[in-house]
Amino acid sequence: MKEIIKVSNLSKTFTTRKNDKTAAVREVSFVLNQGETLGLVGESGSGKSTIARLLMGLIAPDRGEIRIYDNDLKTLKKNPLDLYSKIQMVFQNPAESFDPRKTLGDGIAEPLKNRGYSKQEIEKRVVELLEMCGLTADFAAKTPASVSGGQCQRAAIARALAVQPEILICDEATSSLDVTVQRQIIDLLVELKNKQNLSIIFISHNLALVQMFCDRVIVLYNGKIVEEGEPDYIINNPQAEYTKLLLDSVL
Amino acid sequence: MTRKIKSLQRKYKNAKVRIIVYAIAVLVLVLIAIFAERLCPFDPYEQDLSMAYKAPDALHIMGTDAYGRDLFSRVLVGAKLSILTTLLLVITISVFGTFVGVICGYMGGLIDGIVMRISDFFLAFPGLVFALAIAALLGGGVANAVIALAVISWPKYSRVARSQTLSVKNSTFIQAAILAGDKPGQIMIRHILPNIFGPVLVTAMLDIGTMMMELAGLSFLGLGAQPPLAEWGSMISNGRSMLQTYPWVVLSPGFAIFVSVVIFNLFGDSVRDYFASKHHLS
Repeated sequence: MKEIIKVSNLSKTFTTRKNDKTAAVREVSFVLNQGETLGLVGESGSGKSTIARLLMGLIAPDRGEIRIYDNDLKTLKKNPLDLYSKIQMVFQNPAESFDPRKTLGDGIAEPLKNRGYSKQEIEKRVVELLEMCGLTADFAAKTPASVSGGQCQRAAIARALAVQPEILICDEATSSLDVTVQRQIIDLLVELKNKQNLSIIFISHNLALVQMFCDRVIVLYNGKIVEEGEPDYIINNPQAEYTKLLLDSVL
Repeated sequence: MTRKIKSLQRKYKNAKVRIIVYAIAVLVLVLIAIFAERLCPFDPYEQDLSMAYKAPDALHIMGTDAYGRDLFSRVLVGAKLSILTTLLLVITISVFGTFVGVICGYMGGLIDGIVMRISDFFLAFPGLVFALAIAALLGGGVANAVIALAVISWPKYSRVARSQTLSVKNSTFIQAAILAGDKPGQIMIRHILPNIFGPVLVTAMLDIGTMMMELAGLSFLGLGAQPPLAEWGSMISNGRSMLQTYPWVVLSPGFAIFVSVVIFNLFGDSVRDYFASKHHLS
């Protein structure tokens, strides 16, 4: 299998105002293979979201390296339009990921606008994307505050897929939604993954969802990888103490 | 909880109605200012010494000044100068200050440090005294008075815009915009400006009255409009020695300043209340 993301020895420490240092990510190394769905699980503060933001280049690591398609992320970041045509992200809170003063359609159109599509093309594509994600064309004119969390997350997925990326990072993309809607979003992601040939990093604290959806899972604790393997195997034979704890707290 | 929401909704509606009422008053003021010359019953600059210091009557409803000029006409023409230059001043400083504040807030780092220290420098002096010094340096005249006030007043807007930008810039939707491929300039124009517009607008609206007083103040001190130009501040200044004998010479322009400042302040208040209640509602 082809490695499309390779992370080696990644570390990130945040310094608070009072000069306290928190090591959010410590010496993390992993790979994402082509067409794979990789789960990152761990409790709040285990460094999952920091890894997502590091992978997207939204923050810079202190140490370590991220390679996407064998290119250093630092180099790729010099050309953001190219980089973000390959890799996209769905955020945890869908309503907050859209500008409150603009419509969902504006949000979905933005990546296309930045890539020089004509107005007619954009309009057509926005409707296509909305329909692909299970919404109707009239959602383009709605504001993020006027739709439900699940609908908004569908729109956010539509926006992420507007540029036909090859890699999608879902940062707790279902956590703020209720259980039935979570299931629908997962079904949508599975469907899109097969249609668009996506490779996905699925970040969650919900082991059941990860087991259902992911090919491989990495368990994070306190910024470190404590376990890695197939979801079924890890859930049935947890090796690390922390994984056992995490499983106990779910069951 | 619902009672609270209801009271907020009432406040919101209330503020909306007040905005409309005061906006009409502001519009009337601005229209008077624009069409001042046509509304004048007399030529505001024509001198007739035989008519000097006439008390208000049916013909000269605000009386006449030392040169027999009709005060009502002069107050009307003065409205043009005072109101239009004040609006121009407020628009200039709010646009410039906001522009600077948004860039500093979004970019941070060295630019932010340097520009904010410059703005601290301006904020550290008592405003009018500093404006006096600048106006004195530039010489008299309305344009120079406006420049002097603009130089000292923009930092207020850059402060407001910067702090608002800082609170918006870490939002998830800004990160989403970065991922959409927006360049920093596009993020500032498309996403930050529209989201900080409210507080900046409120600051500007509340500032109109203050700026009008300061412009009149500079003219009163002889550094703004020069005689024979009809300007409220300089009219008060010219008539002040006659305050006890012919009070209308001072009271007429004084009344005009009072009315305009009150109207603009009430309008500013209603705009602020509107945004505050809207914010609490959402």
